[in-house]
Order: sequence, then C-alpha cells, then structure tokens
Amino acid sequence: MIDFLLYALLAGLGVAAVAGPLGCFVVWRRMAYFGDTLAHSALLGVALGVLLNIDLGIAVTAVCLLMALGLVALEQQGVLALDTLLGILSHSALAAGLVVISLLSDIRVDLMSLLFGDLLSVTTADLWVIYTGAGVAIVLLATLWKSLISITVEPELAEVEGINVARVRTALMLITALVIAIAMKIVGVLLITALLIIPAATARRISATPESMAVIASLTAMVSVISGLAASWYIDTPAGPSIVISATLLFCLSLSFKQNG
Amino acid sequence: MNKPLIRLQSVSKTYSDKPILQNISMEINKGEITTIIGPNGAGKSSLIRIILGLITPDQGTIEKSANLTVGYMPQKVNIDPTLPISTCRFLQLANTSHQECHKALDLVGIPEVKDTPFHKLSGGEMQRALLARSILRKPNLLVLDEPVQGVDFSGQNELYGLIGELRSSLNCGIVMVSHDLHLVMSATDHVICLNHHICCQGKPEQVTQDPAYLDIFGETALYNHQHNHQHSLQGKVLDADGNHQHGEGCQHD
Repeated sequence: MIDFLLYALLAGLGVAAVAGPLGCFVVWRRMAYFGDTLAHSALLGVALGVLLNIDLGIAVTAVCLLMALGLVALEQQGVLALDTLLGILSHSALAAGLVVISLLSDIRVDLMSLLFGDLLSVTTADLWVIYTGAGVAIVLLATLWKSLISITVEPELAEVEGINVARVRTALMLITALVIAIAMKIVGVLLITALLIIPAATARRISATPESMAVIASLTAMVSVISGLAASWYIDTPAGPSIVISATLLFCLSLSFKQNG
Repeated sequence: MNKPLIRLQSVSKTYSDKPILQNISMEINKGEITTIIGPNGAGKSSLIRIILGLITPDQGTIEKSANLTVGYMPQKVNIDPTLPISTCRFLQLANTSHQECHKALDLVGIPEVKDTPFHKLSGGEMQRALLARSILRKPNLLVLDEPVQGVDFSGQNELYGLIGELRSSLNCGIVMVSHDLHLVMSATDHVICLNHHICCQGKPEQVTQDPAYLDIFGETALYNHQHNHQHSLQGKVLDADGNHQHGEGCQHD
C-alpha cells in the first residue's frame, strides 16, 4: 500500500478510537456546541502559531486548552447562559483567527485544509502527536470513567457521594480540547463535532450500557474512517468530508434497528 | 442525649441581594424525622443544599458530627435518554456491589425494574429508585427533597411508611421537604415551617395549631393567610400596613 494512504488510515483510526467514548459524553451532556467553540478557536491557534513561529500543533492545543479553561471559569460566573457564552467565544475566536491569518501576508496558510482537514498529508511526526494525544485522552477517560458517568447522570448526587464535580468536569473539558486539537488534522475545524457526535448517536441505537455505547461508537467511527478514505481513494473525494458522510450513512442505517434500552 | 448529627446556627443565605434564608437555627438528631414545609420559593431547597454542603451560607455556622454519612434523594433526576443506563447500574454509581443494589431495590419494593432503563421508570418507580440509591452508602443522615413528588395518593402513603421504616432499620436521622403537612403528619417527629425564616417549629400537632402555620397553610386550604404577620410576594414579613413586624411565631430578629 502507498505510504501516505497508510499514514492517513492510521491517523484516522487513532482519532476515531478516542472520538467514540468522548463523543458519547458530548452527546450525553449536550456539549456539541462546546466542541464547535473549541474547534473554531483552533483556527486562532494556527494563526498565533504562525505569528509566533511555534509548532502549529502545540499552538492549536494550547489555545484549545486555554479556551476550555476560560469556558469553565465563565460558566461558573453564571452571568450569561452557556449557549450565549459559547456563541460569543466561538465566533470571536474564529473571527480573530481569520483576521490574524489575513495579516500574515507573506505566509500562505492553507485555509481549506484547516477547515476541512488534510488527512492525506499526515507525516510520521503527525502520527506520533495523534497517538500520544489520543492515548493520553483514552487513559484519562478510562481512569475517570465512573466519576464522569456519575456527574453526567446527576451532579449534585455525585457531589454528595464524594466526587469533586468541578474537577472532573474541568478534566472532561480539557480532554475534549485535547482531542479536538489532534482531530483537526483529520476532518478539519468545521467537521470535528460531526466525528464526535455522529458515531455516538449511531451507537446509541444498539447499546444497553454506557460502556457498550462507547465501544460501538469507536468502532463506528473507525469504519467511517476506513470507508471515507476508500471513497476518497477510488472516487477522488476530499477525505475529511467523505469520512463524515460515511458516518452519516452508518447513522441512517442504525435507524432501522430498534432502540435498545 | 447524643450530639446532633448536624446543627445549623443562625444560618443566612442571600442570592443577588434577595435574602433566601434568614437566621435559621436547627438541628437534626439520630432516629428523628424532621420535615421542612413551606410555600414555593420559601428557601426549602436552599436549606437542603446547605445541609448537604452543596452551597455555603453567607453567615452562621454548621456543625456536623464526626462520622456523618449523608444519603441524598434529589427531587428529580433528568438523565438524557441518549445515556443507556439500567436502574441497577444507576444505583451502582453509589459505589456498591450488584447484590447490594438488588437488596436496596427489594427493600423499596421494586425488584422487577433492576434491568429497566432508568429513564423509562414511572414516576413512582423513579422516586423509589432514588430512595434506594440514597440508602446504599449506609447513611446516618438521609436528606429527602420532596420524596413523594409525582406519586399518586396511595403511593405517597406507602412511601412515607417506607421512610418511617428506614428510620428505624438504618437508625438514621431524616430530613425531608414536603409541600403538604397533612400527609406527613404521622411520619414525622419534628416540623419546621419555613418561609425564608423559621415561622414556627415543633411537633406536628403543635405546629398545626400554631398561628404562623395556619397563616401560611390554613386549616384546610393552603396559603390561607390569617396570622400575626403577612408575607409580601417576596416572602418578607409585613404587618397590616405592609411594614415589617415581628410576631410570636416569628423567630428572626
């Protein structure tokens, strides 16, 4: 097989593996818009990375993590509704990113690959970053799994039973930020949330426990990556959007199953 | 007399300049059922949250006994239907084994729902399942926020009977919130009538004779005001001219 296709496949599968369980929390906790906000701020990360001449991956991850922490702090103030806050942050970060990029006149930034992903140009270094990031995220999710489920079901009950809800929630936000930063390479800023929520929604139809839903979501995301890449290879469609379309088709297929539980 | 499980002294809480709780002093003892009653917006939930340690009061002190383990039954749990979780699994979130969950479900009378998805439970089953979870950690203090909400009349009686049994089998103190004293009467030892401040408190039969209680709840109809002070819409204590006045049943200063 050709190297770049193998790299693309490995990168996609790595991200898909962690997108499954994380996507479940995004669906259960209705955080889809939160994912969008972080994804939009990734563009600002790219712009700042170019401006300050630091590694783009590090710049994007740093901006996403800072954005997540900022949101946690703002949410606790409780001045505005969360969706309003997210809207403000999301669009100002996107606008700021676009403005800064336009100011960097001497450097061309490939906007298309930022917005829609550039899976076919994955390098060995990218693979390392993706697998390290995905590995850290999966280990953290597994370690915190029970607390995460508990605060998702009923935060006050969890708090009374001795879980530090604020800390666990912050951890989840940071994990989300980390995964979004590494997933950007795969499907791009605009489609990241789709990769998180569509496989999880697909898995819901055929899952009776939180764990089976997480695993099935991972597998669904992996199948989407493989079929999306295949479509990209054989009929020459853009890889990122093809992956999302595959995920959507799988979701449509899942509708024919009777809801489990 | 043993030390109380928890003692609140002159506790006050204000939300954005609006006093929700004023000068609340109360204690909960082992083996005793305390019922907090009061109209909507009287601060019942805030008081419960202070007892649970979920919010901290602006003023006043809270003393807890050293070995305090709290079981909490929230008013309602809204699980997103996208989260597939069986009732048994929901109970296990309290860090207990499978067998203990089954035992708890047996105890509250719904052993048949252990594999039912939690979000598909009926109102009565949901309340029982929440009660089952609250007792799993062998608490010596049970905090129940409107435990019979959404349950039909005969179910309410059964639930109160069950709560009374739990008091003796767990030998715990119980504090619960209720709208309606008539139903709770037989199942409670101590009543606190709350409307931002403690209007009156005592044994249920005393409280039902108290002018402050009658003022808020009336003898038959709820909210039939006729007592020594009136409440403004915000719950402030007013006299006939609409000014603040203190009466016998009024314990704040």
